[in-house]
Amino acid sequence: MPMLSIMILLPVLAALLLVMLPGVDARRARLVALVTTLVEFVLALMLWQRFENAGAAFQFVEKLPLFAPYLDWHLGIDGIALMLILLSVFLMPLCILASWESVQKRVPEYMAAFLVMESLMIGTFAARDIFLFYLFFEAGLIPMFLIIGIWGGARRIYASYKFFLYTLLGSVLMLVGMIYMVGVAGSTDIGVLSLYDFDPHAQFWLFLAFFASFAVKMPMWPVHTWLPDAHVEAPTAGSVILAGVLLKLGGYGFVRFSLPMFTDASAQLIWLVFGLSMVAVVYTSLVALVQNDMKKLIAYSSVAHMAFVTAGLFALNTQGIEGSLVMMLSHGLVSGALFLCVGVVYDRLHTREIARYGGLADTMPRYALLLLFFTMASVGLPATSGFVAEFLVLIGLYQTSSWATLIMTTGIILGAAYMLWLYRRVAFGAAAGDDTRAMPDLSLREVAILLPITAAVLWMGIYPASFQAPMKPAVASIVERLKGRELATLPTDMTTLRPAVTAEMAAQ
Amino acid sequence: MIQLLVFLPLLTALVAGLGGRVIGNVPAKIVTTAGLFASAGLAWVIFARFWLSGAQGFDVPVLDWIQSGDLSVHWAFKVDTLTAVMLVVVTTVSALVHLYSWGYMAEDPSQPRFFAYLSLFTFAMLMLVTADNLVQMFFGWEGVGLASYLLIGFWYHKPSANAAAIKAFVVNRVGDFGFSLGIFATFMVFGTVSIDAILAAVPGQAGATFSFLGHSVDVMTTLCLLLFVGAMGKSAQLGLHTWLPDAMEGPTPVSALIHAATMVTAGVFMVCRLSPMFEASVTAQAVVTYVGAATALFAASVALVQTDIKRVIAYSTCSQLGYMFFAAGSGAYGAAMFHLFTHAFFKALLFLGAGSVIHAMHHEQDMRFYGGLRKHIPITFALMTIGTLALTGFFFTAGYYSKDAILEAAFASGMTHGQFAFLVGAFVALLTSFYSWRLVFLTFYGSPRWAGSEHIQHALHDAHDGHHAPATGTGGYHPHESPVSMLIPLFILGAGALGAGWLWHTHFVGPEGGEFWRGSLAFRKDLMLAMEHVPIWVVWTPSVAFFAGLLGAWYAYLRAPHLPARAAGAVPALYAFLTHKWYFDELYDAIFVRPAFAIGRFLWVRGDQQVIDRFGPDGVAAAVAGGARAAKRFQTGYVYSYALVMLVGLAVAAAWFLPAAFGLAGK
Repeated sequence: MPMLSIMILLPVLAALLLVMLPGVDARRARLVALVTTLVEFVLALMLWQRFENAGAAFQFVEKLPLFAPYLDWHLGIDGIALMLILLSVFLMPLCILASWESVQKRVPEYMAAFLVMESLMIGTFAARDIFLFYLFFEAGLIPMFLIIGIWGGARRIYASYKFFLYTLLGSVLMLVGMIYMVGVAGSTDIGVLSLYDFDPHAQFWLFLAFFASFAVKMPMWPVHTWLPDAHVEAPTAGSVILAGVLLKLGGYGFVRFSLPMFTDASAQLIWLVFGLSMVAVVYTSLVALVQNDMKKLIAYSSVAHMAFVTAGLFALNTQGIEGSLVMMLSHGLVSGALFLCVGVVYDRLHTREIARYGGLADTMPRYALLLLFFTMASVGLPATSGFVAEFLVLIGLYQTSSWATLIMTTGIILGAAYMLWLYRRVAFGAAAGDDTRAMPDLSLREVAILLPITAAVLWMGIYPASFQAPMKPAVASIVERLKGRELATLPTDMTTLRPAVTAEMAAQ
Repeated sequence: MIQLLVFLPLLTALVAGLGGRVIGNVPAKIVTTAGLFASAGLAWVIFARFWLSGAQGFDVPVLDWIQSGDLSVHWAFKVDTLTAVMLVVVTTVSALVHLYSWGYMAEDPSQPRFFAYLSLFTFAMLMLVTADNLVQMFFGWEGVGLASYLLIGFWYHKPSANAAAIKAFVVNRVGDFGFSLGIFATFMVFGTVSIDAILAAVPGQAGATFSFLGHSVDVMTTLCLLLFVGAMGKSAQLGLHTWLPDAMEGPTPVSALIHAATMVTAGVFMVCRLSPMFEASVTAQAVVTYVGAATALFAASVALVQTDIKRVIAYSTCSQLGYMFFAAGSGAYGAAMFHLFTHAFFKALLFLGAGSVIHAMHHEQDMRFYGGLRKHIPITFALMTIGTLALTGFFFTAGYYSKDAILEAAFASGMTHGQFAFLVGAFVALLTSFYSWRLVFLTFYGSPRWAGSEHIQHALHDAHDGHHAPATGTGGYHPHESPVSMLIPLFILGAGALGAGWLWHTHFVGPEGGEFWRGSLAFRKDLMLAMEHVPIWVVWTPSVAFFAGLLGAWYAYLRAPHLPARAAGAVPALYAFLTHKWYFDELYDAIFVRPAFAIGRFLWVRGDQQVIDRFGPDGVAAAVAGGARAAKRFQTGYVYSYALVMLVGLAVAAAWFLPAAFGLAGK
């Protein structure tokens, strides 16, 4: 059974039904979207269950020549793709539920946009043809662009055009790079390209071309300024998908293309990535500290968390890369949940201004408890997924650059500061006004949205092996491919110690 | 058994915390308290096995946690003598604090939440002391930090409590920053995070160096100091101590459990647990000693001028933790643990006693409005006196044995930093005696000064409205002794404060202590033997300090009560320096807190908005289409067409380039 094709096509079909069929009212549209996304989730669970954890080979492979030799309908997943697909389809039904009451304008179109986006995201992760990947990768932005532009807040136009400008620039450069690569290697198969040794000089330019695209998607400092605006203007569910899945496209791109295809350039340019990541952590954390808008604060914290992803990937060792992948999953869950939490109070008070809240621990105790949980997951408290991710990234990074680790680790102090400061202003103290005091606690629907994420965050924090196991062979093959590349490390790094110790330990 | 002991508090915390509203106050309190007493019973059984029947340490694996490459972390319990001692301390004090809180928190509207937090804290603390690897220890470390944050901010309507809670968490995170880096570096050097494996490999690394900025740096020193930063944060040592006094915003039972007996001693426990590492680096030991001694002196000096009864005890705790650290730095890990053990009893007793006083005085915490209370709350008075005797080291009380052991060990260590610590420690013993008896005299002796207190006036006004009390005297207020649920814990802790030293000193610090510890910490028998041969004046020093401090406090606060004010007036600069706690808070506010917000605002406005956006997307838009026109067209709803243009454009570009690209490949 072509599972992946079914998963990609099903939501598109549902979306077409919603838009084309006459007489689709809001209620039916919601129901169709919910059922479709739930079916997708079940299908993804079946993928997970049938997935063979041993071996790095791609599974569920499908190949159908479309416009050979330029473009094949070539699909297949490894553990990394599997986990990111799972994350996407897990968040989707929750997004539909979150929009259940808050979206009242053009509901069938709204649901269709989400369904199309689901297709495109699964396609991005499952594509094995570089141009197919590109199509999915770029097209995925269109529904998001529409969601922000049509169902967004007051400054939605500015936000969507900023989003568009940034991503366009990166995409064009990447496309040029892809065309060159296909020309040189003579294949559009990502698997073939991953094993092709490009000329180191060309690698340098290719790396930068791809970097332009992925860095914007991450987003890395200094091309991050589209994210706060996009988040602020997007409807709640849009923010969840933006933070939960779209931000992972950059990291996925790095791990799928940059690391295995441009190995020499990756090893030589780690200083670039580390430099930007270090700046991002300190810079965006400090900026997050002074935000008055809840969504902006969480958006800036996302940039800081994504800096952990890039730094961990370019540690170029097992712990770093596995940590980054866990961080992508964890951040998808936690920041998604935080945006949902913002959505809950936004639906009640219609403002994101932090100063308008306060004292929610009194009036909304269930909400306050869940918000506390996700706050703690965001600051990386052990037993939540955030800790496993941060810990692996940093312990891996330490072996590549202890300097970079030193700076990155300050993120745990600053992260605690801005998140607790947010929590204090929202949940503690006294309510800002009578309308704040009158807000009702979580409804059953809202609890049903947040509880599954809570369970996933705890599961990933206490027993991450379930999620790591499928990804391990894929990571191992990347690390194997990177082995022996000369790293550009800073002098006087503590890591120069490493060889001496291992030799000594071997002697014992 | 150990699993039950550790997970029972978690279970009861979940029941009371999540189900508190359903099952009600009393069942929530019964569940948590009973759970803790059961855990405490199990802890004593385990302790008795190590103490009496010479059981061997064992490991209990629970679950895999983090596996990645060479890194392998498990959830597992490590139980040995050191753990058993901590289990007893943690569960006993916690159980008693649970019981005490029945009375103390009786009028609080959210009692299930309070008891759930207490039990959650206990669970995290138990995970910390049973950790068999550094990462699980870090789990407990952060877990107790979370519980501490929640409990300090328990009364979240008070801005001061919220500020204190955030401060505690963030300052602890600074310590955790060091702890994390310590774990990363340890993993890099030893290739493992398992404590047993690390300690076994320490001798092979002693003296190894690496190059740092052209200097040769000792590996073990680096590891120990990084880890010690974590210990400094959790145990409120000088520099990272600022959160502890503020933590007194939490309910008093919390102060007794977390900020006196258990959590703040985690740093000492960590140093003892990793003592073979510290033994491999003289520099690290010296740093631990100096930091400990400096903290002991600093905190005692500030305690002299505090007027809030809880803050006096908080600074006293800080100071006593300093003692524990310089004992560890001097190589007397057994003495450090012994003081941790006895301190848990008498300091919890003092805090709970202070809580009883506060309870009697209608939430008034300022000792300037106490006085003459011994006749009104005689049981509290008697037990507070016992606690004070133990803290100040009166003959044969618990503190007498442990503090003597620390000072003698520091003296006998023969190292410069040990000798220095001895001198500081002896002087601090004098200060300790002075401020402790000052507390007793101000609270229980003299004539009542209650009428000036706003809290008391509130109580009186509630009772009979419109009546204005005179500014001095009792103001017509009648303090009452605390209920029995609050007194039982005081009696038990009082017994510990009197007898724990006498009963266990041969095990913890005697020359034969090695048979008690059984390798669970680096036991230096030579040092313990040398302690028995210190000069007689060294042996008598703590006792002299005790009497001198007692006499001084008696003279200054009972005999000549106008003396302190005159002394403060004579050296205003010194007095201000002490009342401002050496200006640490002001300094940190000026160099960390305010700049962080200022820089954040600067980067946001100048960096993001005025540089990146201006020359990035906004600038591009302006350059390409002319800003106004572009904005106008977007606003008239051309979003769809733009999306379409993008897609079509990309497709055309692809179609144009592709054949060319393949042509290139063909060449």
